[in-house]
Formats: sequence, C-alpha cells, structure tokens
Amino acid sequence: MKRAKHKKIAIEDRIFYSIINVIMLLVLVAVIVPLLYVISSSISEPREVLQGQVFLLPKGFSLEGYKAVFEDSRIMTGYANTIFYTVAGTALSVFLSICCAYPLSRKDLAGGNILMFVLTFTMLFSGGIVPTYILVRDLHLIDTRLAIILPGAISAYNIIIARTFFMTSIPKELLEAAQIDGCGNLRFIWSIVMPLSKSIIAVLALYYGIANWNNWFSAYLYLSNANKYPLQLVLKEILFGSSTSMSASSSNSGAIGLDALSESIKYACIMISCLPVWIMYPFVQKHFVKGVMIGSIKG
Amino acid sequence: MNKNSKIALRKSRNASQKAYLKKSIRRNWDLYLLLLLPFAFLLVFNYYPMLGLQIAFKDYTASGGIWGSEFVGLDNFRKLFSIPKFTEVFLNTIRLSGYQILVEPAITLIFALLLNAIYSRSYRKTVQMISYMPHFISTVVMVGVLAQIFNTKIGLYGKVCDMIGVEAIDIWSEPKAFPHIYVWSLIWQNIGWNSIIYIAALASVDTDMYEAAEIDGANRFKQVLYIDLPSVLPTFVMLFILKIGSMMSIGYEQVLLMQNPLNLQSSEIISTYSYKVALVSGSDYSFGTAIGLFNSVINLVLIVMANKFSRRISDVSLW
Repeated sequence: MKRAKHKKIAIEDRIFYSIINVIMLLVLVAVIVPLLYVISSSISEPREVLQGQVFLLPKGFSLEGYKAVFEDSRIMTGYANTIFYTVAGTALSVFLSICCAYPLSRKDLAGGNILMFVLTFTMLFSGGIVPTYILVRDLHLIDTRLAIILPGAISAYNIIIARTFFMTSIPKELLEAAQIDGCGNLRFIWSIVMPLSKSIIAVLALYYGIANWNNWFSAYLYLSNANKYPLQLVLKEILFGSSTSMSASSSNSGAIGLDALSESIKYACIMISCLPVWIMYPFVQKHFVKGVMIGSIKG
Repeated sequence: MNKNSKIALRKSRNASQKAYLKKSIRRNWDLYLLLLLPFAFLLVFNYYPMLGLQIAFKDYTASGGIWGSEFVGLDNFRKLFSIPKFTEVFLNTIRLSGYQILVEPAITLIFALLLNAIYSRSYRKTVQMISYMPHFISTVVMVGVLAQIFNTKIGLYGKVCDMIGVEAIDIWSEPKAFPHIYVWSLIWQNIGWNSIIYIAALASVDTDMYEAAEIDGANRFKQVLYIDLPSVLPTFVMLFILKIGSMMSIGYEQVLLMQNPLNLQSSEIISTYSYKVALVSGSDYSFGTAIGLFNSVINLVLIVMANKFSRRISDVSLW
C-alpha cells in the first residue's frame, strides 16, 4: 500500500490488521469449504462418499462418477442444449442490447427520455410469471427452443450499463468529426463505436452468457420434451428429482454399488456444470468487475 | 393579453418541439431503426404481459383468452384475502425478505470495509478473487450442494455433528431453520460480488485524508470508521433502496428449489404460491395472476416510497 510505505506500523494498528486477517481467513474458509467438499466428493471412492467418510480431502480416488456422467445420454444432451442456448441466446441478447443502448446514449435523439423511461420501468414492474406464460403459450412457443431464448432476451439493467459506457467513453467530438466527413450513423457505429467498445461487448456477453448457462426456470416452465432440456434442468432432476433413470448406465453394479454411484454422479454432475465457468473465470474476472463499475456510475 | 401571449408562446414551443422531433427523425432515422427491434421485444415480452394482468380481475378461460374472459371485479382478491393460507404465505414473505434486508447489506458493507483495510496487497487480492467465485454458481447447483452438505447421514453437516458427538437433527427440512439457511446461503453466494461496488467507492477516497488523519493521531480503525464508512454510505443507501424495492420479489427460484413438504409452512412465499396455484396444482390462472399482481404492486409502492424517503433525508435517490 502506497500510503504506508515508509512508516512503521503502530502497535494498535498491528492488532487491528491481525484481527482483520483472522476474520478474512474465516470468511475464506467458509467460502472454500463447500466447494472443496464437492470437488473431493466427486473424485472419491463412491463407497466412501455414501458412508459419509469424505470430509475435506478425497478418500480414495475414483472417476466412476464422471464415467457414468459421460455415458449418460440425458446429461450429454443437456450439455449440448445448454451450449446452444448459451451461444444463441447470448448472441441475440448482445445484438439487441447494443442496438438499444447506443441510440439511447445519443443526446440528439428526440424522445430518448421517454424511451429510457419505457426501458427502466420494466425493472420496477412486470407482468409476472402467469401472464408471461400465457403469452408464450399464445405465441405457440411452448416446448420450443425459442421459448428459452426469446422471452428473457433483453435485460434493462445490462442495456443501461452499455448506455452509460457509450455516454462516458465515446467522445462527442468523434461523432462531430465523423459527421463533418459525411459519415452516417450506422457506419459510425460499425467502424468507430464498435472497435472502441470491445470491453463493454465482453461485459455484456459475460453477463448474458452466465445467466443463460445457469438458467433452468424458463426451461422448467416452458419445456416438456426432455430432449430439449438444458443441463441445469437435468441437473435439478438428478439432484432433487425422485425419479432417476441413472440405473441404465450402471446396471452391472450391485445394489449398494448402485446407490453409492448415484451420490458420486451427483457430485460429478455439479462439477461438470461448474467447470466451464470456473476455468473461464480467472481470465474474464476483470471484465465482470468492470461491468459492476460501469453500472455504478449513475447515468 | 398576458394569457394570449402565454398560449402563443406555448404554441410556438409546441411547434418548435415538433419541428425538432421531425428534424431529429429525418437526421437520425437510422438510430430509430436500430431501436425498433429491441423495443418490439420490450413491448411483446415485457409490456404485453402487463396487459395480461387484467385477468386478475377476470375469470380466465382458455376459450376467452385474456381479452374475452368474463369480468369479475375484485372477486379473486376477495378470495385471496379470505383464505387462511394467505396470512401464512404473506408473513413468510415478509419474514424472509425482512431478514434478508436487515442482515445482508450490513454484512456486505462490513466485509467490504474490512477487505479494503487488509494490509497485505496480495492477501487482499486473493480474498477478493475467491469471494467472487460462488456468485457464478447456478441456483440449482447451490441448492443441490446445500442439500448434500446438510444431509444428516452422508453430508458434511452430519459428519461434523458426528465428530463432536451431537446427534444431527435434520435442519434441511426444519421450518424454523429455513430462513437462516436461505439468507446465509445468499450471503455466502453474493458477499464478494456485492462488495465490488464498495471497493470501487473506497478506491476513489482521497489519500490525503488518511495522511491528515494519521497526523491527527487516528489509528487505522478510526480511519475506517471516520473516513471509509462515511464515503461509502451514499452507495449503501442507494443499494438499500434498491433492495427494498425488490423486497417482495425475493429469489423465488431458490426458494422453490429449497422447498420440501416438511418446511413448506415457513418456505411458501407469495411468488411461489402464485406460481403453484396457476401452473402446478390447479390451473387457476386468474387467481395466480391476482396473487402475483398483489406482490408487484406492493413492490412498486415500496420502491417509490423508499426513494422519496431517501431523497428527503439524504439527497440520494434513484431518480
């Protein structure tokens, strides 16, 4: 820390810092322990998991759970579906958000305030689950993939973040210079704004991407065909559902083995649904944080 | 005469506004074109369902649809207020969201202040990075992990109880424990993430202030109390208003997943009840919508009131 570089730390400050360090260590432990428990359980011997022998470190080593997961067609279909929903949904959302946010960031857009109100109001009030369900049904979208992608495609919050970014980091002079040179709005957006906005596009893609990846409720509401289920919904059925058809993949195990494996499968499932996000996480962390920072500027 | 000139002025202002609008549309027609698709989405998927709320005052039938069903006035609301279940569900909602609002923001603020005061830079960065991680876990996984951990036989909780020689009671399906598990798991998931905004505010505090405070003999703890805390208070108030505004729309996805027949008496909240009435047990769309509307209206009133109140006492407001 800059401000304390050359100074000796007073005793009372030293005590204060130690207390903080201890408290933070406790927080750290509280955050890590559940995660560690899941990781350890997923690679432990299934029998040990079932007997509750796994505490923090793995007991034995076995990838049986993962093997069963990768052999299970439901989970693999779910995985493929989730990738599709995430990619398609995120692309659509980012496109719509940019289309909406840039014009709203322009001061010379007549009616911009009214449009902003129309947008912001959706954050304060909504029709709720039932009318939205009726709408989706009346549009004949029930049990189609579009029902997952379309209804939640726009998030007012994300658009406001993008608008704030455009307002604060695209200088007005740039637009004026371009207009003098006879550059139209669309061309200006495409060749000048977009190259300057890579970071906000990354932020939007990450926010929408994570939301899509983790989404289960709209699938739960609108889908009945299990072939279209995203991973999170399959996961929900495995973790909470009473009916499990996991036996197909482990028919050669004995009765106890089967039961034990089903616990390992749960942990392995959790792991494979979280791993992509965690692997990506260190690389994209700063973009996430950036999004929060932009969002905190009152536009 | 004065009146006439006022009218003339208004007319000319109207005319000039119209001319301005026309000019703007002519010059920026392409911007409006870009707005077309996103606003079509908003109108269809956000505003049309608001029109659908009218079935709360109707007796919805599949053949009549939202427009053609018979108008029944406040019957659905009368029914809502007369069933005994409603009091329970309403109180559960208040209890759960009240608990969350009282505890979560304060804990997050304290966490952020302490985090910012950590002396070692690398330790601070590590704590920060790790504390963000749970935020990216999906609701399904999070509740799934909780259920596994609280399993009395094979979970971490059962194991710990075993080690200290206490018999593990099944707190996962214990109604009394439900609010605690709900709120603290939310804190676990969001504490790091929600602290970012405070950390950002703290980073912009003028370092001269700390030096001046040091010369005046304030130790680090006092600096936190008299410099850091006041500088994040406006942010805190703003987030608090937002929280109050979303008080009634607490995370029904998580609650729904955490529900089981045993804890239902304390875990059934308005939004999950609305969903079940309309789409799970019966298909009473009108009644379900009435419950949902009741919820949304309280929500809207709360946020408007909180905003007004905060503007009066502290100049901090959302609009």
